[in-house]
Amino acid sequence: MKEESAVEVPQPLPSGPSAFIPAQVILDEGARQEVMTDTLLSVSHADHIATIMGLHPAYLGCFLRTQNALLQPDGPLPLPWRHYIIIMASARHQCSYLVKLHSSAFQLAGGDESWLRGLHCAPPKIQRLQTLNKLLAHRPWLITQEHIQELVCPGADPRWSLAELIQAVVLMSHAHSLASFIWGCGIHPEPDSTAEQHPPSASPAERLAQPPPPQREDPNRQEWTEAVNEVQLLMEKMMLVQQQEEEFTPEEMVTRFERERTESILEPAEVVRAALPDSISRFVQDPDFIYQDFSPRGEQSPPTMRAQDYSWEDHGFSLMNRLYGEMAQLLDEKFQVVCALTYHTMAMHTHVDTSTLRKALWNYIHCIYGIRHDDYDYGEVNQLLERSLKVFVKTAACHPEKTTLRMYSSFWRQFLHSEKVHVNLLLMEARLQAALLYALRAITRYMT
Amino acid sequence: MEKMSCPSTVSGRTMFCHLDAPANAISVCRDATQVVVAGRNIFKIYALEEDSFVERLNLRVGRKPSLNFSCADVMWHQMEENLLATAATNGAVVTWNLARPCRNKQEHLFTEHKRTVNKVCFHPTEVHMLLSGSQDGFMKCFDLRKKESVSTFSGQSESVRDVQFSMKDYFTFAASFENGNVQLWDIRRPDRYERMFTAHTGPVFCCDWHPEDRGWLATGGRDKMVKVWDMTTNRAKEIYCVQTIASVARVKWRPERRWHLATCSMMVDHNIYVWDVRRPFIPFATFEEHKDVTTGIVWRHQHDPYVLLSGSKDSTLYQHMFKDASRPVDRANPEGLCFGLFGDLAFAAKESLMTGEAGRKPYPAGDRRYPIFFFKKPDVTEQFAQVASALSVFESESDGSSRMDWFIKTARRYLLSGKPFAELCDHNAKVAKELNRPQVSTTWTMLRIMFSDPGNPAPPANHNMSKLGNIPLMNRYSCAFFLSFCPSFHSVFLPSIHSFIFSFYLSIENEETEGSDGQAEYLFGDAELDDDDLYSMEHENQAEEAEFSLPQEAFPLRHEIVDHPAAPEPPAEKPESPQVSGSEAESFCLTPMESFSLISVSQLLYQPQLTPSFFSPVVREMLDHYAEQGDVQMAVSVLIVLGDRIRKEIDELTQEHWYMSYIDLLQRFELWNVSNEVIKLSTCSAITCLNQASTTLHINCSNCKRPMSNKGWICDRCHQCASVCAVCHHVVKGLFVWCQGCSHGGHLEHVMEWLKSSNHCPAGCGHLCEYT
Repeated sequence: MKEESAVEVPQPLPSGPSAFIPAQVILDEGARQEVMTDTLLSVSHADHIATIMGLHPAYLGCFLRTQNALLQPDGPLPLPWRHYIIIMASARHQCSYLVKLHSSAFQLAGGDESWLRGLHCAPPKIQRLQTLNKLLAHRPWLITQEHIQELVCPGADPRWSLAELIQAVVLMSHAHSLASFIWGCGIHPEPDSTAEQHPPSASPAERLAQPPPPQREDPNRQEWTEAVNEVQLLMEKMMLVQQQEEEFTPEEMVTRFERERTESILEPAEVVRAALPDSISRFVQDPDFIYQDFSPRGEQSPPTMRAQDYSWEDHGFSLMNRLYGEMAQLLDEKFQVVCALTYHTMAMHTHVDTSTLRKALWNYIHCIYGIRHDDYDYGEVNQLLERSLKVFVKTAACHPEKTTLRMYSSFWRQFLHSEKVHVNLLLMEARLQAALLYALRAITRYMT
Repeated sequence: MEKMSCPSTVSGRTMFCHLDAPANAISVCRDATQVVVAGRNIFKIYALEEDSFVERLNLRVGRKPSLNFSCADVMWHQMEENLLATAATNGAVVTWNLARPCRNKQEHLFTEHKRTVNKVCFHPTEVHMLLSGSQDGFMKCFDLRKKESVSTFSGQSESVRDVQFSMKDYFTFAASFENGNVQLWDIRRPDRYERMFTAHTGPVFCCDWHPEDRGWLATGGRDKMVKVWDMTTNRAKEIYCVQTIASVARVKWRPERRWHLATCSMMVDHNIYVWDVRRPFIPFATFEEHKDVTTGIVWRHQHDPYVLLSGSKDSTLYQHMFKDASRPVDRANPEGLCFGLFGDLAFAAKESLMTGEAGRKPYPAGDRRYPIFFFKKPDVTEQFAQVASALSVFESESDGSSRMDWFIKTARRYLLSGKPFAELCDHNAKVAKELNRPQVSTTWTMLRIMFSDPGNPAPPANHNMSKLGNIPLMNRYSCAFFLSFCPSFHSVFLPSIHSFIFSFYLSIENEETEGSDGQAEYLFGDAELDDDDLYSMEHENQAEEAEFSLPQEAFPLRHEIVDHPAAPEPPAEKPESPQVSGSEAESFCLTPMESFSLISVSQLLYQPQLTPSFFSPVVREMLDHYAEQGDVQMAVSVLIVLGDRIRKEIDELTQEHWYMSYIDLLQRFELWNVSNEVIKLSTCSAITCLNQASTTLHINCSNCKRPMSNKGWICDRCHQCASVCAVCHHVVKGLFVWCQGCSHGGHLEHVMEWLKSSNHCPAGCGHLCEYT
């Protein structure tokens, strides 16, 4: 057991739901989108996540539906267990927001308080999920049917049923991807929880040093024009990509995929790992297991997953539908909504077809998780996603806890915050789908 | 090479060969001698020999095969021996000419699609026409002579999963989409589809035209259904629907068998099923050889219904002979079971099974065998085994426990108003107990204890205490007592009672020690058993009814307060001032206590911390529980009896719902009076107004037979009093009873009296009236 590392320093209450996005902006941009939707009104208390997501009401609706379905009483796992699994999963990404939220929900649901003392106090059945949790969070491509078998096969004791397992898998990957969103948007802890969470912007010093993303009201002239040019450039590229007719040799395509995958410069620079606060570390085993570039070249490493061979629409859904039907429908709807979400705007431009850009983001995230779409030219990723964006996306997806305000504000400087949140949504869902696909594929293999 | 195999070749056997890699699709050439297998890492042609597959050609050439070889689909031209087309996962459409002299047989490469091509399809009669459907939402028609697409059909950015040329209509093709739609196109009109309809929820993975019936299209979707559509009518009409157990990946009509089709699934299920669409509940035949999902199925010859080829992800290629298929029908036991409205049970089973147990014990309650009153006419085209079944109906015993007798009796005997609260509870508890419903009975008793006034719970307790040796009662007893109920209140009451008694001894022993809180907590823990345990206990504990003596013993003592003048009005009558009625009850309850010899004065002076509102959540939960269990009677009765004590706690709509259900039930059992009482006592405006509806009575004057138009009791035409009692000659303003023979009548009670002593009409008309 670690001893209490520090005295709690009183901190000013963070204002607004996010460290990255000024509260005023959320109100302004939200108002434009009729934030007061039924969905928001129906939840009695809009937490910070919902507030931020409220910038995209169409998405928020199905997100809440999914989350409610996950945490409503129906289902194979008891309610406290579900909260505990979320705690366990979000702890992997050091997301104290979720840990807090679900710790109290866990107690409310009648969970045994002693479990909160740490993983070792939880029932062995939950502890057995650790490996899967770890892999799902960081390197889902390593999940094999043996992992599933270990948990499910009749000899295993205490044994997981497939229905329980699939719910646990959804819960875990939901929590992992939600952690990405929370870090990626710099969401503050809820005011009622004690401010133990260091705001994602790291030190207050940095926050002071870093000017907030330029607002239209006071554009730093030069920076502003520069930024405008960037948008212009990006739009031109998108047009180009859309019209592109040129042919590439397959070898070229493979190389491009590989290149995107292995751009190791994108690793966040600071590798210095602060010791985890005890409130989180007690839910984590093997904290040194983190994301590593997916590499199919290694000896025992698995081959690239082809999206055509195991897709959500065909295979993932069918399996999920069988084991956890309601959730399959909800997730399917959520994926569809997030993929179709667009306002045809880019920064100051309207009536833009952003599909290529969204596709590029989606496939890039799948790419860093080792999923390859045969029919996608990964050169587009390189053209459309600027370096700073890639840094942000990769960090938020793979090492969410290392996301900083600097990363958030350095990409797409002239874009609206709601558009950046849109990026985060895509990121979260693409990540969720990737993790689910690997887990479901393993389950399929186990079943056949 | 050109040997046409005739349809009757049933030679061959079930056989398979190992492929090097999982297959994605297979296709046969026209003369059924060769089959092509395509997948991500395989593209080979096998010859079908008499008893084995022989590899003929590997089309995957080159040192580092490109993604163009990674096939999602393959089709062998049905007219041109040497022509093949593949759909690649990277969006390329490739044609292959086997007649090319070099090793690389690739002829054309079309890279017009942006995303994966899911399907390619040659025109059945036109040599040079190839159609493709892709994930990017476009279908393209290629002219192989021109080396480019001649027309593009847009599916409005919905991914295309399958395209199929119609067998009979030269220009028509069908396309199925990821959003569940199916579109029909005319190949000459690329601007707009001819027709569109929604076939499935979720993607439609496949479609297939019937080889003979020109209008029939079979579609299979992720929603696990196979549907057959009649396209000849104006609107596509679903004529058959087969529900399978997994998403349907491929569907193929069986040649020469009008009603049969073969399906395989996308995931989880590895078998190939052949269905008779008219018998959608059980497959006609099943092939169970594959170890992983089947990805391609094709009938070997277009006129031979007995041989099916299939490729699978388990890297095998199979030839299935129909004679080796398993027939699930043979193993199925056709049985049906259904409950009737009055608790009867109908059971149908195969006759052979029923006769087999002729010597069985007859069901005591009566078992009627019904003659089969209709037969399904055997259809010779249907190759299903015909089964005759026998139908038995079991009638439930008239006095069986499944009946609702208890409901009727309870409804009749419950008292809902008109007496002090505590008495109502006691009375109802007694009723429930007599009807052998201990749980309900205990609930009533407990309600009384909780909601009667502060001092009130003491008498039974004190009474008991006095037996135990007259130890002065401490406040905390009642506290501990209350708390002990709370945790498991909604589940079951017996254990609570146990723990209650237990707690008593406990607190007596610990009397000197401070800390009723500690005890209370302990009791909380004690009562927290599993629900299951509690229920089982309930049944076992019937014998232990002595335990109930505790609340029961209180009854005789209660009578002292029965006729207390300050008895509160039924709470329902003071809906506007719940607080007032509460305090009223308080004051009323306190007074009789003082005359109660067994109660010590200190007890009376004690102001309890647990106000009745403390229990409200628990009681609410309990009511919910009862309603949930279907005992809405209990919920409503308690609601009425408790009145304002609980009403505010329960949401208006729920209350209304309960009332409505209960009233509905009462009316079904023709308990009109009770139902009316409930309506009257209810506090929901929506319920009370039930009594306000259709309250108008139209009456005619008994003298002039004209309608009485004005209010009052005098007819404005003949100026006489209408409806005068024949006995007392006063106007009847309440219940009027009249003889249907002579139409004289009067006050109900007067007529009753009269007819007791006389047979003749009181009006003197001489009619012999009867009162029954």
